[in-house]
Amino acid sequence: MGGKPVIPNFGKGSSCVTGDHFFCWDWVHQHWNDTLGPALWQHVELTAIAVAIGFALAFPLALLAHRFRPLEQPIGVVSALVYTIPSLAAFQLLVPFTGITWTTVEIALVAYTLVILFPNIVTGLRSAPEEVIEAARGMGLTRRQVLTRVELPLAVPAIIAGLRIAVVSTVAIGTIAATLLPKGLGYPMLLALKEPTPFKTEIYSTGILAVALALACDAALVILRRALVPWARRSA
Amino acid sequence: MSEAAEIVFDHVTKRYPGRDTAAVDDLSLDIPAGCFCILVGPSGGGKTTALKMVNRLIPFDSGEIRIDGRSIDTLPLTELRRGIGYVIQQVGLFPHMTIGENIATVPRLLGWNKRRMHERTTELLELVGLEAADAGRYPAQLSGGQRQRVGLARALAADPPLLLMDEPFGALDPITRHRLQTELRRLHREVGKTVIFVTHDIDEAIQMGDRIAILREGGVLAQYDTPDAILAHPTDEFVATFIGEDRALRRLALRTLREVSLGPVDGDGPGVSPDTTLRNAVSLMIETGADRLTVEDGGKAIGTFTLRDAQELL
Repeated sequence: MGGKPVIPNFGKGSSCVTGDHFFCWDWVHQHWNDTLGPALWQHVELTAIAVAIGFALAFPLALLAHRFRPLEQPIGVVSALVYTIPSLAAFQLLVPFTGITWTTVEIALVAYTLVILFPNIVTGLRSAPEEVIEAARGMGLTRRQVLTRVELPLAVPAIIAGLRIAVVSTVAIGTIAATLLPKGLGYPMLLALKEPTPFKTEIYSTGILAVALALACDAALVILRRALVPWARRSA
Repeated sequence: MSEAAEIVFDHVTKRYPGRDTAAVDDLSLDIPAGCFCILVGPSGGGKTTALKMVNRLIPFDSGEIRIDGRSIDTLPLTELRRGIGYVIQQVGLFPHMTIGENIATVPRLLGWNKRRMHERTTELLELVGLEAADAGRYPAQLSGGQRQRVGLARALAADPPLLLMDEPFGALDPITRHRLQTELRRLHREVGKTVIFVTHDIDEAIQMGDRIAILREGGVLAQYDTPDAILAHPTDEFVATFIGEDRALRRLALRTLREVSLGPVDGDGPGVSPDTTLRNAVSLMIETGADRLTVEDGGKAIGTFTLRDAQELL
């Protein structure tokens, strides 16, 4: 769809569309290929990149904070400050540096995922009970083996919990990216809202897609956890 | 690896910064190979500290600890620890690993092949009274007693010549604890390792130990001897109070009628099995008002035990 505004053509539409009824399936069907599908795909891309880069940054930082405890607080404070910046403002703050680009959007989104993921991973790494670590050291596991064989596997539930929050909130915050670039599920929504009489079906369908995307990602992560954490669900 | 190791504490001292008294004060102990040695004492006696010095979880300030004549400082840390079985009160099983994987922890570190690990795991599960099928379960699916059995199996996995046990049964209910105590004694007879066992429970110490080291506050060794000798001749007030005023009865509990010489059968008094402890025999005499018991083995009288005999044995 590119930058071309998608405004329902009242002349060609069905009576549902021309009358702007509550929800018109025929419009959704008609504009899946030119509007909704591409917007959904861009949104998936937006979210995936933000979460992937956020995780790639948060994970080593969390390992560092776990290894050198005094580092945790400064990293945590900076992250918390970042999180207080409203997303709309964050995009505008970055424009002078990175312009009206995909990069600007991703920097802001990555910052949010980082802030969510970092404390979750640190908490996860600390979740190994003290006696388990003592037993591991007492049996002659090296520090690295304690990390890779004990602390990391035990951190998986907390890491996945963090990913779930990060993914769901990025899907939501990602709609605001449309204020900067004509991309993602936020864009058709924004265009519809700019009309003197907003076209309901367009707002609802993009909104529903955003919610569905968030729920699908969340469900995928729940399935991933079940696969990676067989020990937690088999309690006596 | 040898079957059992001799452990020597040679004037070992440990002070924690900011404390007036030492945690362990000039401790010297010779623990012969194959000995079941108990470290017992009130809290603040440094018994756990002393135990954790052996696998260097806690560093000490001066002195030397030797295993089979070699100072523990001469071995690389991981090698030292992989050669010592370690059991703690909270067990510390890896929740994300199956029972089998937990038991095979040290063998895996040592690079054993799969088949050997599997065989060893099966053998150990049986040794500690669990089933081979339990290997695939997770720790969360086991009871407290079963978990400590796994903890013991895990410590024994690589057949170490020394076991360190830090109040292993402290968190268990009395019945489970008693069962595991009995089984650990049996196991010790079977596998013949040197065991250093920390407890604050003097009853457990007397029941389990070949030798008992009693530590007092400030980490000072008060007495180190066999349970019988400690009960017969406590070195001082502290030891006498710690072992309790009923020490005569406790001593009698250490032996059964089978282990003492009996008088000729005179047919008087209630019948009793030779596996009765002297303590229970005395109790029976007090209860029935008799001054003697007829010891019967398989329905046949084999001797007489009198109250006077009991007194003379003390």
